[in-house]
Amino acid sequence: MANLTLVQAINLALTQEMEADDRVIILGEDVGKNGGVFRVTEGLQQRFGEDRVVDTPLAESGIIGTAIGLAIAGLRPVPEIQFEGFLGPAYDQIVNHAARYRTRSRGSVTVPLTIRVPVGGGIHAPELHSDSPEAIYAHTPGIKVVMPSSPYDAKGLLISAIRDPDPVIFFEPKRIYRAFREEVPEDEYTIPIGKAKVVESGTDITVISWGATVLQCVEAMDSLPDDLSVELIDLRTIYPIDADTIVESVQKTGRCVVACEAPKTASMAAEIATIIQERCFLHLKAPVQRVCGFDTVMPYYKLELEYLPDAKRIAEGVVQCAGY
Amino acid sequence: MSSAKKNTVVYEARIEHVQILDEQGNLDAEQAKGTLTDAEVVELYEWMTICRHYDEIAFKLQRSGRMGTYPQNKGQEAGPAGAGLAIRKSSPDNWLVPCYRENIALFLNGLPMEKILLHWMGDERGNQIPDGVNILPISIPIGTHPLHAAGIAWALKYRRKDAVAVAFFGDGATSEGDVHEACNFAGALGLPCVFFCQNNFWAISVPRKRQTASETFAQKGLAYGHKCVQIDGNDIFASYKVMRDAIEFVKTQGRPVFIEAVTYRLGDHTTADDARRYRDEDELASWVSKDPLIRTRKHLEKKGLWDDAKQAALAARAKQHVDGVVKRAEGIEPPTVDDIFDYTFATLPEELEVQKRTLRTSGLGQAPEQERLRSTP
Repeated sequence: MANLTLVQAINLALTQEMEADDRVIILGEDVGKNGGVFRVTEGLQQRFGEDRVVDTPLAESGIIGTAIGLAIAGLRPVPEIQFEGFLGPAYDQIVNHAARYRTRSRGSVTVPLTIRVPVGGGIHAPELHSDSPEAIYAHTPGIKVVMPSSPYDAKGLLISAIRDPDPVIFFEPKRIYRAFREEVPEDEYTIPIGKAKVVESGTDITVISWGATVLQCVEAMDSLPDDLSVELIDLRTIYPIDADTIVESVQKTGRCVVACEAPKTASMAAEIATIIQERCFLHLKAPVQRVCGFDTVMPYYKLELEYLPDAKRIAEGVVQCAGY
Repeated sequence: MSSAKKNTVVYEARIEHVQILDEQGNLDAEQAKGTLTDAEVVELYEWMTICRHYDEIAFKLQRSGRMGTYPQNKGQEAGPAGAGLAIRKSSPDNWLVPCYRENIALFLNGLPMEKILLHWMGDERGNQIPDGVNILPISIPIGTHPLHAAGIAWALKYRRKDAVAVAFFGDGATSEGDVHEACNFAGALGLPCVFFCQNNFWAISVPRKRQTASETFAQKGLAYGHKCVQIDGNDIFASYKVMRDAIEFVKTQGRPVFIEAVTYRLGDHTTADDARRYRDEDELASWVSKDPLIRTRKHLEKKGLWDDAKQAALAARAKQHVDGVVKRAEGIEPPTVDDIFDYTFATLPEELEVQKRTLRTSGLGQAPEQERLRSTP
C-alpha cells in the first residue's frame, strides 16, 4: 500500500500495464520528456524509452487518428489529450472511426484504445480547460466513458480500460489530481467498467454523482440534518451506465438528486432521471432533482465557482427533494 | 541561424513526373527495365478489364434497383493496379488503407470481389475483412483514413516489421486537415507510410484548381519531409515502378513517400451524380483517349502478346467472373437484426442486451417489478 494522489495512482497504473504488456504505448503532446502538463506520465519515457512514450506533433486529430491505426495493428495505445477542450479537433476520429470500426467491419477491425483526458473545472485554468463533455461521448454508440473520483478507483479503472477490447475515454477530474491522497495497493487490480459504487448507504434519499463532484457531495452531507439517511452513489463509469445500482437504490429511497458539473440540458443527469422514471416510477416520492452546471458556456475562472455545483447547492437540492 | 548568410536559398526542390507507357502504347524500354514482366502486364490488363466490367455491372445493378449508390472507378484502374501489384509482391505484411476508387488494388491483395458490391448494397459484411488480409474497409468520409494508415505504419515500425502501410486518397482529400496531420505525423515520426494521391481532377463538382493553388499535389509532401513524385496515373509501368521504389525507400530511409497519380474520373462521381452539370464534354473527350486499358492493350499488341481472339476470350471470362461475383453478393443470406447490436462492443452492455432482446427502446414493460407494484394496490 502506498498513499497516493490521483496523478500518482494513474502513473502507477500506466507503469504496471506497460511493464506487463509491450503492446501498451503512450502518445500525446508533452507526455514524454516533460511527463505531461499535469506530470501524469512523469518518468515513463525515461523508464520505457522513446519508442513507448512518444511526444507527437501538436495535433489532436492526428493523435487519435494514428492511435486508431496503432490499435488496429495490434497495439494498445493510450493517447493523452491535454485538456477536454481540445477533444474538439479529435471528435471526428473518436466518433466516426474509433467508435464505429468494430460495427462497420462486423468485428473484423477493432480499436482497443484508451484516451486519457483531464476534465472539468475548479483549477483556475484558461479558456477551454474546464469543460465537462462526458454526455457527448456517452451518447456515441461504441465508446465507453469512465470518470474516477479517487486514486484507488483511478488505478483500477484505468487498468480495466487499457485491457478493454473497445475504445474507452478515461476522463481524469483535474480538480482532484492532487486534492487528496488515498491508500492504493501496489499490486495490479481492476475495477469493472460499468459498475457504480455505493459510497455511503442510506434509506431516505439517493444522491448520484461522478468525478470531482462526488467530493462536493460528500462535503454536502456534513451540512444535512443528522436524521436524513443519504445513499451516495459514485457512477465511476458514465457509459455503460450501471442502471441496476441506481434503480435498486431509488426503489428503496424513492427520492433522488443527481449532481454533476456538466450543463443540465441533455446531460447524464437527464439520462439518469429518465432511467429512474422508467424503472422506479411507482416508487418515487419526489421529482428527481438535477444539480448541474448551467446551460451556459463554462465561464472563465473568476466565476467558475459560481458555475460549478458546490456542497451548498447540492445540499439545498437534497433538502428540497427530501422535503417534497 | 546566426551563421547563415542573408539572401541565400535555404530550400529547393524538384518534382519528377514519371511516364513509362504513353497514350499510344509506346514503352520507354530503359525505364521499364526490371519492372513488369510480360506475364504481369497481361495479368494487370486482365484485372483492369475485369474491373471495368465490374464497374459497368455495378452501374446496372444500381440503375435496376438491386444496389444503392456506387462510385465507378472507370478510368482510374492503372494507378491502383500497378501500385497494388507492387504492394502484393513486396510483403504479405503490407497494409492497404483505401478510399473507394482503388477496387483493383484491393482485389489484387486478397479482398474478395463481392465485398465491395456488398458494401454498396448496404451490408456491413462488405467491410468484414477476411483473416490475413491487411486491408481496412473502404473509407466514405474524405481524407480521414490516412491517419489510420500512419498509425498502422507506426505499429509496423514499433514491431520492426519489414513492411509498409499505403494510404490511397484523392485530390479533394488533400484539402482536409486530417491529410495534413497524417502526412505530418508520418514525416515527423519517420513512419513507413506511402501516400498515394489519385488526382482525378474532380471532387464531385469542384475542379482540381479550386482545391489548391499548388502547381502539383505531389509537392504537398515536401512540406512534411516526404520524398515526392508525380506519375502518369494511367500507366501501369509507372505506378508499379514508383510504388515498388517507394516501398523500398520508406523501409530503408525511414521517410514517407508522397505519390501523385495524375488520372481522370471518366465516370460520374457516383451513380447519384451527373457530371454533365459541371464538366466540359471536351475535357472528358480528351481523357477518353488516355484510357489506361487502351494504351495497355496497344502495348501488348505491339509485343505480339494480344489479339482480337484473346480480347474476346477475356471479355467472356470477365463476364463470367463478374456474374459469379454478383451471384455471391446477392446470394448471401439476409443479415439479421441481431447484427445491428452484436458488434457495438465485444461484450454487450445490459441496456443493449435488452434493446436487442425486445427490439424496443421504450421503458414500459421493462421493469416487471413495477408492474407487480401497480397490480397490488
